[in-house]
Amino acid sequence: MTTLETAVNPENLRRVAIDPVSRVEGHGKVTILLDDKNRVHQVRLHIVEFRGFEKFIQGRPYWEVPVMVQRLCGICPVSHHLAASKALDAIVGARRLTPTAEKMRRLMHYGQILQSHALHFFHLCSPDLLFGFDSDLAKRNIMGVAEKHPETAQRGVLLRKFGQEVIRHTAGKRIHGTGAIPGGVNKSLSVLERDELLKDVYQMVAWSRDAVHLVKQMHHQNPELYNSFGAFRSNLMSMVGFDGGLDLYHGHLRGRDEGGTLLFDGVDYQNYTQLIEEEVKNWSYMKFPFLKSLGREKGWYRVGPLSRIQNCDFIPTPLAEIERREFMAYSGVMPMHAPLGYHWTRMIEMLHAAEMIKDLLHDDDILGNDLMASGERGFEGVGVIEAPRGTLIHHYRVDENDLVTMCNLIVSTTHNNQAMNEAVRRVAQQYLHGHELTEGLLNQIEVAVRAFDPCLSCATHALGKMPLQVEVLSEAGERLSSLTRSGDGCLSIAP
Amino acid sequence: MTEDSKIAASFELDGKTIPFTEGQTIIQAAMAAGEYIPHLCFNPEFKPHGSCKICTVKADGRQTASCTSLAQPGMVVESDTPALNEERRALLQMLFVEGNHFCPSCEKSGNCQLQATAYELEMMSPHFDQFYPDRPLDASHHEYLLDLNRCILCSLCVRASRDVDAKNVFALAGRGIKTHLIVNAKSGRLADTDFSGDDKAAHVCPVGVIIKKRVGFSVPIGQRSFDEHPIGAAPHPDNRDD
Repeated sequence: MTTLETAVNPENLRRVAIDPVSRVEGHGKVTILLDDKNRVHQVRLHIVEFRGFEKFIQGRPYWEVPVMVQRLCGICPVSHHLAASKALDAIVGARRLTPTAEKMRRLMHYGQILQSHALHFFHLCSPDLLFGFDSDLAKRNIMGVAEKHPETAQRGVLLRKFGQEVIRHTAGKRIHGTGAIPGGVNKSLSVLERDELLKDVYQMVAWSRDAVHLVKQMHHQNPELYNSFGAFRSNLMSMVGFDGGLDLYHGHLRGRDEGGTLLFDGVDYQNYTQLIEEEVKNWSYMKFPFLKSLGREKGWYRVGPLSRIQNCDFIPTPLAEIERREFMAYSGVMPMHAPLGYHWTRMIEMLHAAEMIKDLLHDDDILGNDLMASGERGFEGVGVIEAPRGTLIHHYRVDENDLVTMCNLIVSTTHNNQAMNEAVRRVAQQYLHGHELTEGLLNQIEVAVRAFDPCLSCATHALGKMPLQVEVLSEAGERLSSLTRSGDGCLSIAP
Repeated sequence: MTEDSKIAASFELDGKTIPFTEGQTIIQAAMAAGEYIPHLCFNPEFKPHGSCKICTVKADGRQTASCTSLAQPGMVVESDTPALNEERRALLQMLFVEGNHFCPSCEKSGNCQLQATAYELEMMSPHFDQFYPDRPLDASHHEYLLDLNRCILCSLCVRASRDVDAKNVFALAGRGIKTHLIVNAKSGRLADTDFSGDDKAAHVCPVGVIIKKRVGFSVPIGQRSFDEHPIGAAPHPDNRDD
């Protein structure tokens, strides 16, 4: 962990804020404290949104939850929808779903992975990667990509559209559908719907493969940048299939240290509280999870594509597996820790998702009518899914009257909180330290944040006694008064 | 009166001739003729209540609730006019802000007459400040749940329980803005009443107050009552179970 989290003497330092961080989901800001020689003393990624899902879900009937909690996000609602449904399967006693239900949920999930990864790579990040981090700001956006690389931009749009269509056919709507319900799903595919998707899926596989090759080429062309930009070492965690293969829908938890050695494996996610603890820091609404066994200082980790691809033993679809092997050969004996490696691995996952969709569309179970399973009523459930951005944990308790009494959500971006902060600190050290700041230099910070594909809306879902500070400033910038609410809810007013 | 004379009388609704029989209200005759007049507290199976006023029309130049006004021969009735629809939208907006209507996560979405009527009348926003009333759920009954956040005080459950089930499980208590739905038990809990899932009252709620438990979102989007037909064109705009 770097020492740039808190400056020793912040009083006389100049504050530079990147607010908001652009081309990410949600709202966040980065603050940097510099001295008069532009030396960096403190860098923090702050999450400034305020949500309330864990609190206001309490007292609601459990069957409402998968539809309600997906409103956390407009980009990956399916992930929340499915994680909640998985958790609530335990409430209705559905220990094993029907084949149709499980495959429909998987199809929905892979549609989500495909559209979200396409959105992130093509719409949000390709401007940086294709034009350069400090290129002309006016062109460094998706419109610039459409003008200079129209085919790339068009593929991005159509890949995302296809993923959204998969979601529409499985969940009823492209955004915020209702397909998964506790114990199963409410629909299967009609032959018409399946054929409509089959018509395009081969093109999607081909384009996804091209996207992997595009990122791979970038790494090979400029290894110095791609292998070192914002690089830091960390533990990594993800869910893997019970056979050790990449499985984004179901499995058990596996973690590795920075050298790639297994820290734990085969952990039943129902017991996640024995594995993970969350730390609260007074300058961010986002919590800082860490592995209990390693403690706060050493136990933080990263999740998402870069962790998943390096954590699994294999990918169960052939084209993505070829790409995984090439990536692993490129990174060598040690895991790749460079944040820009996220893009490469994200595209490998997009290819895997396209292949999975193709395979599922050829499986007649998705046309079946046996949609629901049930069993002995339960009162507590944990659901985990590998969302586009990483491991997503939903945990609920339900009383005998069917109302939710407890909800805990640990979303992907929250797992990556410390890692993202580390990345921006490294970049600040590498590129900003001692330099006169320019927009291009500050974008380097944003590039590092974007690599994680953070969803800041999802990450700040808690409601409670959030620390909050309000300052009243004079025109000259002098503080006239301030109101502070501490982490324990106490208010203090200073003149 | 002979059968022939019963259908001889007619009135005019938005320029269309609507036949009626003696004793029919304007809305009853309109519905029988396949014409839609927006409404919420009216249900053809029950005595009119005349409380929501959504069905207000202009009959011979005078505004009146079409669910309680009898049709008259030669009457000229206006319903689908910009002015009346503007007033209906305002009434709907008040109903929305007086309760807690969160359609995005409401299982009644797609089957809800309040939502469907708001779509029909092109209500684009609540307009007024939200009241955010504090109305806890009653989940005490093993089979049904009461989510009073969504109550629009239409009294259909009151009428069904009283007039059909002969139970008087529900009642409206309080006055004015404090009017609220209660159940007939000292504890105030549905579980302590003689309410049953077989009751007519269990199946008449036009919004999402009386909810059968553990059903949730089992009907997919596309197959809900108002997915195929907007409420104005639906075969059964009152969303009756039967």
